Amino acid sequence: MRECDERQAGTGARPGASGRADLADPVLEVTDLDVTFGSGPEAVRAVRGVSYALRPGEVLGIVGESGSGKSVTSLAVMGLLPPHARVTGSVRLRGQEILGATEKTLTAFRGKTISMVFQDPLSALTPVYRVGDQIAEAVRIHQKVTGQQAARRAVELLDLVGIPNAAQRAKAFPHEFSGGMRQRAVIAMAIANDPDVILCDEPTTALDVTIQAQVLEVLKRAQRETGAAIVLITHDLGVVAGSVDRVLVMYAGRPVEVGSVDDVYYRVRMPYTMGLLASIPRLDRGGGQPLVPIEGNPPSPSALPPGCPFEPRCPIAVPACAEAEPALEPVGSPGHLAACVRAGEIEAEGWSPAQVYHAGTGGPDERGPGTPPVHLRPVRLPRDERDVVLEVKDLTKHHPLMKGAIFRRRIGTVHAVDGISFDIRRMETLGLVGESGCGKTTTLMEILELTRPQHGTIAVLGHDTAGLNARERMAIRRDMQVVFQDPLASLDPRMTVYDIVAEPLRTHGIRDPGPRIRELIRLVGLDAAHAARYPQDFSGGQRQRIGIARALALEPRLLVLDEPVSALDVSIQAGVINLLEDLKNRLGLSYLFVAHDLAVVRHIADRVAVMYLGKIAEIGQVGQVYDAPMHPYTQALLSAIPLPDPGKERSRRRILLEGDLPSPASPPSGCRFRTRCPKFKTLDETDQARCVNEEPRVRRLGEDHGVSCHFAEKLDVV
Amino acid sequence: MAGFLLRRLLNYLVLIVVATSLAYMLAAGALDPRSNYEGRNPPIPQAVIDARLTELNLNDRTPLFDRYLTWAGGVVHGDFGKTVAGGSVGEDLGRRAGVTLRLITIGLILGSVAGVFVGAYAAVKQYGVFDRLSTGASFVVLAVPTVVLANILIIAGVWFNGLVGAQVFLVSGEATPGLQGGFATQAVDRLQHLILPTLSLSLGLIAVYSRYQRNMMLDVLGADFIRTAMAKGLRRRTALIRHALRTALIPAVTYFAFTFGSLLVGTTFTEKIFGWHGMGEQLVNSISTNDVNTVAAISCFAAFAVLAASLASDVLHAVLDPRVRVG
Repeated sequence: MRECDERQAGTGARPGASGRADLADPVLEVTDLDVTFGSGPEAVRAVRGVSYALRPGEVLGIVGESGSGKSVTSLAVMGLLPPHARVTGSVRLRGQEILGATEKTLTAFRGKTISMVFQDPLSALTPVYRVGDQIAEAVRIHQKVTGQQAARRAVELLDLVGIPNAAQRAKAFPHEFSGGMRQRAVIAMAIANDPDVILCDEPTTALDVTIQAQVLEVLKRAQRETGAAIVLITHDLGVVAGSVDRVLVMYAGRPVEVGSVDDVYYRVRMPYTMGLLASIPRLDRGGGQPLVPIEGNPPSPSALPPGCPFEPRCPIAVPACAEAEPALEPVGSPGHLAACVRAGEIEAEGWSPAQVYHAGTGGPDERGPGTPPVHLRPVRLPRDERDVVLEVKDLTKHHPLMKGAIFRRRIGTVHAVDGISFDIRRMETLGLVGESGCGKTTTLMEILELTRPQHGTIAVLGHDTAGLNARERMAIRRDMQVVFQDPLASLDPRMTVYDIVAEPLRTHGIRDPGPRIRELIRLVGLDAAHAARYPQDFSGGQRQRIGIARALALEPRLLVLDEPVSALDVSIQAGVINLLEDLKNRLGLSYLFVAHDLAVVRHIADRVAVMYLGKIAEIGQVGQVYDAPMHPYTQALLSAIPLPDPGKERSRRRILLEGDLPSPASPPSGCRFRTRCPKFKTLDETDQARCVNEEPRVRRLGEDHGVSCHFAEKLDVV
Repeated sequence: MAGFLLRRLLNYLVLIVVATSLAYMLAAGALDPRSNYEGRNPPIPQAVIDARLTELNLNDRTPLFDRYLTWAGGVVHGDFGKTVAGGSVGEDLGRRAGVTLRLITIGLILGSVAGVFVGAYAAVKQYGVFDRLSTGASFVVLAVPTVVLANILIIAGVWFNGLVGAQVFLVSGEATPGLQGGFATQAVDRLQHLILPTLSLSLGLIAVYSRYQRNMMLDVLGADFIRTAMAKGLRRRTALIRHALRTALIPAVTYFAFTFGSLLVGTTFTEKIFGWHGMGEQLVNSISTNDVNTVAAISCFAAFAVLAASLASDVLHAVLDPRVRVG
C-alpha cells in the first residue's frame, strides 16, 4: 500500500516532515475519541482518548492485542456501535463532524466516503443473496444507476479484486466462495463508490498465509485504483510492517505510541511496543534464544490502574509511573509520540527492546544494559543414536463423501491424509505445518486414536498401534498426551484446576495425587495456591498452562500439541512457547507440534514437515528447510509470511500463489501442487507432463532434508 | 432437482398407502356400524341389517381383509365408499374440505404474517415495552386451550352485539341460511360469520409464530452481515428488513407450509364450536357414528395433506435458502 512516494511522519496535530500528502487537509480526523459501555463503577472504558488524522492516500496501521480497543475505535468512527455505547470526542470526515450526526447524514457517508472491511469474511456477506447483487446494492445506494448498470459495475469490481470468471461468479452465493474470495468480495463492496477512507478491521486474520498475501495485494490494488486512505487494524506486527506508512500502537484503549513505521520499529520508545516486538517469533531468526514474553496480563478495562496502564507489566517501571497516566508526547523525530515517562531516557540512552526486557525489574540504569542471556540447549546425542518415539509410515485416511438425505450414497472420497511418513526421536520437536485443509489435524487424530490406520503403520514408542489390545492402549496413553488449541474449550468449566490436573492421575489409579498436582502447577509457572479456582478465573495463557500441566501429569514421553498457541495474543504466546521449550529440555520430552504459524514452528521445532493436500511437500531440519526451502510450495508459504521489519519487508520478493486449495475430494493428478505451482509454469512441455502424470515421492536431497518435487531447487525467500 | 422430487413423491405415495391402510384396518376393526341398526324399536330384521351393511361394505361378518380389498379397489378408482347414511364419502368430504379451506386460509395467513412481524419487531426492540408485552400475551394465549379461547370470543362477541344493539359478530355456521340479497349482502354476512373463528385461529398462530420469529431474528441481528449492510450505507431499518428479516424468515415460511397441512384436518375445536361443517368436525362425527369409510378417507386426506405440506416446505426452503439447494 506504499503508493505515495513520500511517507508522512506527521500526526494531525503536528504536521511534520514535508511531503506531498501533507499539504492536503486530512480526510479523516479523530480527536479525543472515548467509548464507554455501561455506567457507574462497572463501566467499561473501551477507548480512551484516541486521536489520529489521516491524509489522502495515507495508510495508518493500528496495532494492539485483543481488548485494546482497536476494533471499537473503527466501529465508533463508522457510527456502527450499539446504542448503549456512549461515544464522545470528535470524528471529522472531510471537515464535517459525523459523531452524533443524524442517520441520514451518516448513511450518505457510509459506503461512499468511508467504507469498511470486516474481519470475518465468512459471516460478512448475507447468505441468501448472490454476491454480485450484494455489490450492486452498494453501488445503487449511492449512485443513480439502473439495475443493469449496477450489475455490470459489480462484475467489473469483482474482476478488479481478482475473482476469475467474474461475470459468472457474480451469480454465485456467498457459501460457494472460499474465505479468501469472500474477503475479496467484501473489498469490492468497500471500494464500489470510490471511497476516500477504507477502514480494514483485521482483514486477513481469519485467512491462511498464502491467501493473506493475496488479499493484502488486492488491498494495495484497491488503494491504487481509488487513491483512498486506509486504516489497517491488526494484531500482526508483520502485516503492518510491510503495508503502512504510520503506526499507532494501542494498549488498554489508549494510543501509547504513534509514529512513522520506521520510527516505531527501529526507534521504539515505549516499553509496551518493545515488548510486542521482542515477543514475536521471527521467521528470519532461528531458535536457540528464548522469546521475551511480557509478564502478566493486560488490565481489565473496567478496573484500570491509576497510573500508566502498562506499569504493572513494565520491566522498567519507576514509582512515578503509578502516579498518573503519562500523556502522549513527542519523542525524537518529528511525528513520533510515545506515552511513557521514561521515553526521554530511552531516547537518550538508546536502549533496545532486548536491553529493556532482559535487564530485570530494576531497569537498565541500575544494572547497565546487559547482554541477553544465551539460552543453552542441553547436550543431546546425535539424532541417529536417540530412540524413535513416534514412527508414522505411509499413513492414509480417506473419508467417504456422502450425498442425499433419503438415499445416501457415496459419491467420492476425501483424501484427507494420503500416505505420509515421518518419525520423531527422543527430545526432538517435529513441527507439522500447512494451511487449513491440508490434513495436519487428521494426522494428529489418527495418531491419538491408537488403532490400526486404514493404510500404513503408526508405531508409538516402538509399539505398532495395529496390534494393541485395550490394556496396552491404556498403557501407551500414559506416555502420549495431548494439548489442544482452545484452552477454554478443552477444560471443563465445572472442575477446579486441581480436579482437572488430578483427572489423568486418578484415571490411571494413582492415589493421593496432591503433592504431584502442586508440583505440576508450579512446573507450568502458576501459583499452587490457585488450584482451587475454576478455569474461567484464568487468562488465556494461564489456561493453556493448565492444559499443559494436565498433559504432563502422567510423565509422558511424547506430547502432541494441536495449535497450542494460536488462540493466544503475542505477548502471552511467547511465555507459553518458552515454557514448552523449557519443559522439553528439563523433562526430556518429544513434541509433535501441529501449527499453521511457520514462525512459531521455526522457533520451537528441530525438524519440520510441510503438508499440502494430505501429502508431505518438504521435510527436514528446521534450519535447512527455512533457510533453503526447495519445494515451490514451501517457498511460497515462507515468502507469504510478513516479517515484523519494515526494511526487510520492503526489499522482499513475494511469491504469490494463485487461487485456492483444490478440493481434497478430487486432488490433481501427479503432483498435487502443480495447479498453483509457480515453478510448473516455467517448465517446458515434457517436464510439465512429468508433473501431471508422475506423483513425486519424498526424495532425500541433503542431510536430513526431503522434498517431494521433481524439479526442486534451493531458493532464499526469507 | 426433478429426480430428487420424483423420488420424494414416490416415497410419499408409499407412506400414504401404508398410513391409510393401517387407518382403515384400525377403524374397521374397532368401530361397530352394526350397533347403529341394532336395538331399534321396532327391531330391524337381521337379514335387512346384513344386507344394508354388505351394501355399504361395512358388514363385520365379511372377513376384514376382504372388506379391505373391496375398499382399496374402490379407492384406486377414486371411490372412497359410502357413509353410514348411504351418501358418497368423496362428495361429502369434498364439500367439507371447501368449508375448512375457507375457514383456515385467512386465519392462517393473518396469524402467521402478524406473528412474524410481532416477533421481528419484538426482537429488534429486545427487552423493550413491546417485547415484554408481546411475550406476556403470547404465553397467555399459548396457555389457554382453544376451547376456552373460542368460547371467550363468543361471549365477548355476543356482549359486543348487545352493546351496539346489532348483530355485528355472528357466532354459528358459515352463512345465514336462506338469506336473501345480492352478492354484497352475502359477502358481508359471510364475513360476519368468519371474524370470530378467524380470530380464534390466528391468535394461537400469532403466539406461536411471534415466539419462533423472535428467536430467529435475534440470532440474525448480531450477525456480521447486518453490519456490512449498514456499512454500505443502508439505513438501519432497510438493513433490518432486507437483510435480517429476509434471512430470518426462512424457517418461518417452511413452518407455514407445515401448519397449513396440519390445520386442514386439525381445526376440530374451532369448527365444532363455531358450527362450521368442515373436515375436523366430520372426523369426530364419523367416529361417533361408526362411519368406517369416512374415518379412513379422512385419514387418507390427512396423510396426504401432511406429506404435501412437508414437500412444500422442503421446496420452499430450497427456494428461499441457496445453502440447502441440492446440486
